[in-house]
Amino acid sequence: MDFSVAFNAAREALPYMLGGVGWTVGLIVGAMLLGLCMGVPLAVVQVYGPKPARRAVGLYVWLFRGIPILVQLYIFYFGILSWLSNLPGLSGLGLDSPFIAAVLVLGLTSSAYQSQIFRGAIQSLPAGQLKAARALGMTDAQAIFTIVLPQALRLSIPAWSNEYSILLKDSALAFTIGVVEIMARMRAIASTTHEPVSMTFLAGIIFFVLTWVGVKTLALLENKVRIAGYTRQGAA
Amino acid sequence: MSTPYFEFLRAELAPGLLDGLWVSLLVIAPSALLGACIGLAAGVLRVYGPKPVRLLTEAYVSLFRGTPLVVQVFFWYFALPYISIGGASIVLDPVPAAILSFGLCSGAYQSEYIRGGLMSIKRGQIRAALALGMTTRQAVTSIVLPQAFRRALPGCGNEVIYLIKYSSLASIITVNELTGTATTIAKNTWRNIEVFCTLGVYYLVLVTLATWLLRLLEDAMSVPGFERPSA
Amino acid sequence: MSQPSETTPILEARGLVKVLGGNRVLDSVSLSIGRGRVKVLIGPSGAGKSTLLQCLNFLMPPDSGHILLEGREVNAQSRKELCAFRQQVGMIFQDFNLFDHLSALENVRVALMKVKGMSKLDATERAIAELKRVGLADRAANYPANLSGGQKQRVAIARALAMDPKVMLLDEPTSALDPELIGEVLSVIRDLAQGGMTMIMATHQISFSASLADEFIFMEKGRVVEQGSPAELLGRGVSSRTQSFCSKISELTGEGGGASGECRL
Repeated sequence: MDFSVAFNAAREALPYMLGGVGWTVGLIVGAMLLGLCMGVPLAVVQVYGPKPARRAVGLYVWLFRGIPILVQLYIFYFGILSWLSNLPGLSGLGLDSPFIAAVLVLGLTSSAYQSQIFRGAIQSLPAGQLKAARALGMTDAQAIFTIVLPQALRLSIPAWSNEYSILLKDSALAFTIGVVEIMARMRAIASTTHEPVSMTFLAGIIFFVLTWVGVKTLALLENKVRIAGYTRQGAA
Repeated sequence: MSTPYFEFLRAELAPGLLDGLWVSLLVIAPSALLGACIGLAAGVLRVYGPKPVRLLTEAYVSLFRGTPLVVQVFFWYFALPYISIGGASIVLDPVPAAILSFGLCSGAYQSEYIRGGLMSIKRGQIRAALALGMTTRQAVTSIVLPQAFRRALPGCGNEVIYLIKYSSLASIITVNELTGTATTIAKNTWRNIEVFCTLGVYYLVLVTLATWLLRLLEDAMSVPGFERPSA
Repeated sequence: MSQPSETTPILEARGLVKVLGGNRVLDSVSLSIGRGRVKVLIGPSGAGKSTLLQCLNFLMPPDSGHILLEGREVNAQSRKELCAFRQQVGMIFQDFNLFDHLSALENVRVALMKVKGMSKLDATERAIAELKRVGLADRAANYPANLSGGQKQRVAIARALAMDPKVMLLDEPTSALDPELIGEVLSVIRDLAQGGMTMIMATHQISFSASLADEFIFMEKGRVVEQGSPAELLGRGVSSRTQSFCSKISELTGEGGGASGECRL
């Protein structure tokens, strides 16, 4: 094995590969946010909602956690979105963008997982928190927004950080529907330069670094929003 | 006019997917087994091994948990043949390459659960066993492992369920399992939505079945103090 | 309460030294105990009582010193000898250490089957008898998660007794128990002592031990500071380290002790 050739190939490929980082980051940010915006309401409904609503959320979670991401990508991009964009009136909207399909898939799946994270956090709070809020005359909605969620969200940060790692790795699958992120570029360059080994390592290193950066950032966030002396109840 | 869905399903889609299903199981079962064995070894080594071994195992776990599975699959199938040591290189067929990469990746995750299970056993348990005159081996097999296994079971079981879903990645390296077969059928018939939605249902059924089996196993092993935490 | 002592002590420790993290936790400690005797270790936390007990059955191997069982030195290097030795020395832990995945019956019986090689039938029979002895025959099928602290400790005692130990080591058996549960464990220990079991017990239950012990051993900073019968150390008119330590405890726990806070027999 010629290390110098491999190393040079990797060095030359670096700019092109790093170009994919922007797309990857775009995918993850979009997916995490979509997951958050949908995950929190889903969790609230699952904990406090009426039975049919809870059932519906359960069904949603079951669906998105049961179908592999790859299959969802195919369903959304080759299936639904391509059908939608062929409908009269919707064809100009660019709905058949692979990037949108990928963000949708990753985001909706993430929302299913995130809803469970938040649900666990909400349920881990002592019942007394909500009781006290009600006793003060708050409506349930006020209580949830000002008392329950601030605590539950803080408790969720470690699990959310884990969700980030998972999402980062799943984003690599977006290449199958044509998003030109890191994995897509790695495949392209590996075949043109016939240096798959160094390209794979390069891609691996980039993902590794992205994981590390993200986890550290979220740890900083956790520290920033930490309330002095507040520990997880029950964790003696 | 193309045939209605159920006719299509019966005549072409279901038989095709069934062929793919067999191949999927052919990939999933050995991968799960390989992952469990590697995970057990790595987990035990990380808890009880000497320091250099522990560091090595931690490196393995970090590497395989920190990079996307799809990159790993790509490596073992496409990149491995390019590594030649003294003129010799290993070229893996798609199915063995898939099994190897799934097994190695799954093993890294499994080792975390097993390590967690082992470390959750209070040290006093071992001391009491030794105080009664048991050998270390007896203490580990009769006292530590039965408890550690119960603690690790939910995590390890979930890992197998993840494997069922991620086996779909084998289609990327030309394995004709469920997803691969479905893609071929969709390409040939242009009936994308029907094919891929049906594919989704197949996976849903597999995953739900596996989850149910896992619950049964957890309940069968449950003992007061080791109950399955209600989801 | 005690039988006439034989010439050979059942268990003897000579010059035990144990260093942990730079501290001499045991500083050349020696003791010996004859058949049927009850010796009680007393002293402040960190005195080395627990370490001494754990060294006596090699759960913590001493750095130097000798341990003899019935006059024969124990070779800690030989795994076989060590296991055989431990079968004859029963140990009761402060936090019970019942095997969480086994029922009470299984807890008592597991060592009989694995270590002594008894058949399942014989082991079960013996286990039930031991559970009866500690008053828990009706809880044989319960798991530790469903037992109170006092019940757990009694099962632990049954588990140790089933091995027919020559001597029992008890490491603060009631310290982790809620006050109302202490009595049931103490009464089992009293029955054992009156039945002639050789025991070395570390405890803070001074007045209980005073009625049971042949000898108090007062330890401080890894050394044996005072040794003697309860009457010698705590009798009227005696002024000893043991006495001043005891009165501190009885002030805290409110046990025994007159209004003056003294701790006397």
